[in-house]
Amino acid sequence: MTTRLFGERVARSEDRRLLTGRGRYTGDFEPAAAHAAFVRSDFAHARITGIDVAAAQAVPGVLDVFTYADLADGFADRLPLLVPSDKLIAPRTQHALAKDEACYAGEVLAMVVARDRYVAEDALERIVVEYEPLPAAVDLDRAAGPNAPLAHLDMTDNLAGLVTEETGDVDAAFAAAPHVYDWTLRMERSASMPIETRGVVARYDEREDRLLVHDATQAPTGVRFGLAMLFGMDPDRVHVVAPDVGGGFGVKVIQFYPEEVLVPWAARRLGVPVKWIEDRREHFLGSNHERGQIHHVHVGAADDGRILALEDRFLHDTGAYCSYGLILPIITAAQLPGPYDLENYRYELRSIFTNTVPTSPFRGAGRPHAAYVMERVIERVSKELNLDSLDVRRRNFVKEFPHHVGVTFQDGGPTVYDSGDYPKGLATLLEQLDLERTRTEIATARAEGRTVGLGFGAYVEGTGIGPYEGASVSINPDGTVSVATAHGSQGQAHETVFAQVVADELQVPFERVHVTTGDTRRLGFGVGTFASRTAVVAGNAVLLATTEVKRQAAAVAARILEVAPEDVVFADGAIHVAGAPDRSIPLGRLAMASNPTRYAFGADAEEGAKLSQLAYEGGDRPLPEGSHPGLAATEYYSPTSGVFGFGFHAALVEIDLETGHVDILRYVVHHDSGRIINPMVVEGQIHGGVAQGIGGALYERIAYGEEGQMLNATFMDFLMVTAAEMPRIEEVHTETPSPNNPLGIKGVGEAGTIPVSATIANAISDALNTPVDHMPVTPEEVLTLAGKIESP
Amino acid sequence: MKPAAFEYLAPRSVEEAVALLAERGEDAKVIAGGQSLVPMMAFRLATPAALVDLNGVSELDHARVDRDTLVLGATARHRSVQELAGLRERCAMVAEAVGLIGHPPIRNRGTAGGSIAHADPAAEWPALLLALDGEVDAMGPGGRRTIAAADLFRTYFTTALAPDEILTEVRLPLPAGAVGSAFVEVAQRHGDFAVAGAGALMIVADDGSVADARLVLIGVRDTAVRSVAAETILRGASPTDPVLDDATNAIRSEIDPVSDVHGSSAYRRRVAIAVARRAVTLARDRAHAAVA
Ligand SMILES: Cc1cc2nc3c(=O)[nH]c(=O)nc-3n(C[C@H](O)[C@H](O)[C@H](O)COP(=O)(O)OP(=O)(O)OC[C@H]3O[C@@H](n4cnc5c(N)ncnc54)[C@H](O)[C@@H]3O)c2cc1C
Repeated sequence: MTTRLFGERVARSEDRRLLTGRGRYTGDFEPAAAHAAFVRSDFAHARITGIDVAAAQAVPGVLDVFTYADLADGFADRLPLLVPSDKLIAPRTQHALAKDEACYAGEVLAMVVARDRYVAEDALERIVVEYEPLPAAVDLDRAAGPNAPLAHLDMTDNLAGLVTEETGDVDAAFAAAPHVYDWTLRMERSASMPIETRGVVARYDEREDRLLVHDATQAPTGVRFGLAMLFGMDPDRVHVVAPDVGGGFGVKVIQFYPEEVLVPWAARRLGVPVKWIEDRREHFLGSNHERGQIHHVHVGAADDGRILALEDRFLHDTGAYCSYGLILPIITAAQLPGPYDLENYRYELRSIFTNTVPTSPFRGAGRPHAAYVMERVIERVSKELNLDSLDVRRRNFVKEFPHHVGVTFQDGGPTVYDSGDYPKGLATLLEQLDLERTRTEIATARAEGRTVGLGFGAYVEGTGIGPYEGASVSINPDGTVSVATAHGSQGQAHETVFAQVVADELQVPFERVHVTTGDTRRLGFGVGTFASRTAVVAGNAVLLATTEVKRQAAAVAARILEVAPEDVVFADGAIHVAGAPDRSIPLGRLAMASNPTRYAFGADAEEGAKLSQLAYEGGDRPLPEGSHPGLAATEYYSPTSGVFGFGFHAALVEIDLETGHVDILRYVVHHDSGRIINPMVVEGQIHGGVAQGIGGALYERIAYGEEGQMLNATFMDFLMVTAAEMPRIEEVHTETPSPNNPLGIKGVGEAGTIPVSATIANAISDALNTPVDHMPVTPEEVLTLAGKIESP
Repeated sequence: MKPAAFEYLAPRSVEEAVALLAERGEDAKVIAGGQSLVPMMAFRLATPAALVDLNGVSELDHARVDRDTLVLGATARHRSVQELAGLRERCAMVAEAVGLIGHPPIRNRGTAGGSIAHADPAAEWPALLLALDGEVDAMGPGGRRTIAAADLFRTYFTTALAPDEILTEVRLPLPAGAVGSAFVEVAQRHGDFAVAGAGALMIVADDGSVADARLVLIGVRDTAVRSVAAETILRGASPTDPVLDDATNAIRSEIDPVSDVHGSSAYRRRVAIAVARRAVTLARDRAHAAVA
């Protein structure tokens, strides 16, 4: 009997552990370790003229206190530039401990290692830092303008990088366009805010010359190779484990945050395990943010709403440093056209330094801004021309695939949409929404004096980028299957979906497939969990490795059963001869037979030993030419380019004009990420994504004062969206397989977040009959837009 | 975010607690539910040298309705008040207000006494105390004294309690008769401190006029505040919609909200008027229902 789990709602195997408190997080390791704590700059921008640590050194229980002066060799250099680019005019990354200039409030200046975190914080209070405060660049507009305060002392302006690209002939298209508009759209800074903060625990074993690091990271493989380089150690002696990680959303893949270097460094220097678990305040002040952008769009439209030309000049707030180079604004620029065929498109992006926490990808990564800009453009053009915006969308859709957008993708290649069916997607959304009935209900509500509005948002999501991922698959003598992928899960469901793929291929029970993720001792090569790439890239690697193990198993079985390898069938955890189910060998026994050694214990061990003797009886060697012991393979999958999911959202909102509260009456999602491995997991990803999207649309923003002090660095003031704020999400799917990979899948991790700001802005705009060109919209702004209060 | 070291003291009686507090002096602090104090200690905004824990003082842990008075020991949890049978029917304003304090874990630990002693201008308990003309008992080295609500709240996080005094009991008289009341607030997210909130209570006379009216506001100035202007307009009037409009508009002169990261003063004013109007309307409608 063959079973198929691909596409089934298989319950997540990690949930039992995670929901019953049995998860193992970074903070759970090395309970006896010493604890680190950091002095962080009080000022957004200052010269550091002296740090007096004597009083801190004297606190009982303090092991040592370090400043930049204690660092040498590679540790004294600036931290790596993760994504270099020749468009980067001023690559700037920070030192692990600030050398003589602090460029954001929160930048680490000194490190204390003490018996425990309490003592470490006592010591922090006794460290005296001499600052010479400098003017700070904080506001993005201002920082990009003339005579701005400088974010870095050695620069003459705040321009980190500049990219321009054009496809078609934009000037000619504008000249011919009957309608031309100019609009400005803003999105504020926000942050990932995983529930588990960052954390690093390091142990250096001097006798064995081994470094073991537990790191709440999304990319343990890169941390391992980086540390090996930095310490000048053989990579085989350095291992990094990302155990259970409580959310990431992008903020945990920086390579390297200062603490990721300093904690292992201190552990080796002091000869004791050292642990640092970031607290929430540190997370606000010392872990990356995202989102802040200002777009100036110039739009040329035809009478029927077709976008004839689009120019977007935008500013991107890169914060104080740019370890991610220009990747974020490049993603924005490449995916700005969304599902629309823009023949004439030009952008100019300027990445600007400010004296604020550095920015790097946060779920959506530049795309929520793109969708917001494009969807506002569609709405405004429709409004100006008195057209139904759904018709305008349909008119502008890309209809043929593959589709070349005409600008560069984040991986450096061209942006090419592999596949899609946008008219069908929109139709599926509208069917779930019941557009006609909804419009009637809106008319009735408005007649009653209620303030309601309907908004739409569309997006594409480039996912599954390279360079590669790998997987190791092996069949164990007890018939279980071990699978390892290099990078950790932060709660997605890698253990479940990879097991589904393997169980299908080998026809073993799902429960017998055990997946390990994020342990470089199991698989050393890999890139990381980010950019909605794991299911696509690692998932296809799992398929390749399983296919190879299958080939090995068939070869061994064929020899034992004395048939051709093509004549064996995998079923019920065993291999049998096609058409003769009674001539079969369980996979476990086959694994033993393939490894002619003595497993010794258990009845199957004897059987296995006998089986391997069969090889001799047949006059063969136990390991024929080209084979190796065991049924095991490690394979890598490297895609040629990304694959593009897409979808449409609709929101029906009601506004309380007395308080500015926006109530989401209905939230409908259409989503297409190609073939779906596990619908429940995909729905979960969409739900979480929509939640973060609603947070970004209505609640969450990082607020800085004029001097560059963060004004809301607590969960009391940073309004992270909670379950209580969530509407019910109605979700419908289509499946347009990707032709680019064997599984036909596309990534889904960020999909839910991308169009939410666009959708909510359009709904509020519809309700108030006024443009909504700033996100997030607070209740106060809603009232201001509605003309109920003066803008402050 | 780890507190500085402190001495922990666990008295078993009020007397012992008062003595410990007096002995340790200015640097000692009482801890009740810890829901306000512990976060401040974690940020080292508060660094008491000693904590006198009231949780082991069983005489302070009670909550009951005594005839026409809600009587709460200092360590009565928000949750214990929510669980009092019949409270919602007796005084909806109290039940609704307590349900709006934070989230279940906070209500399970936080106390009425702690909230009143803490005197956050956006907190619900001080408003209830003011609206119901309640009083508290305080015990210090000099003995016990009773402080009326109107004399208790001075300004932001400041009360008439002396540093060596412990608040021991809270008493809230619950009006009887054709009474309706409500507590309405706007918070940014469920469970957040209010942007602005209003508690209203109304008693209607047999002729339909307002026999008594109370309106209290939170989040609008340095302490919770009774709106004398609104109450004056309402008392004796017929509570028609225009009268309620007049009354709630009258709060303008009595509120002075600050601007902060969550909104401007203008925004808070608008919200305050909106919640006041809603609370007064609910109180009236409920009072009418109580007559019927
Ligand atoms: C996330 C969160 C949300 C919250 N939301 C709200 C909300 O919406 N509305 C609201 O009103 N509150 C809210 N709170 C605060 C909560 O209600 C607290 O419980 C309350 O404010 C203080 O009570 P406590 O028992 O926890 O006092 P503690 O934190 O123990 O003490 C607070 C202060 O009062 C003093 N004190 C305590 N008891 C006495 C006493 N008997 N005599 C003298 N002094 C005393 C202490 O010394 C301290 O200075 C919230 C708290 C949190 C953490």
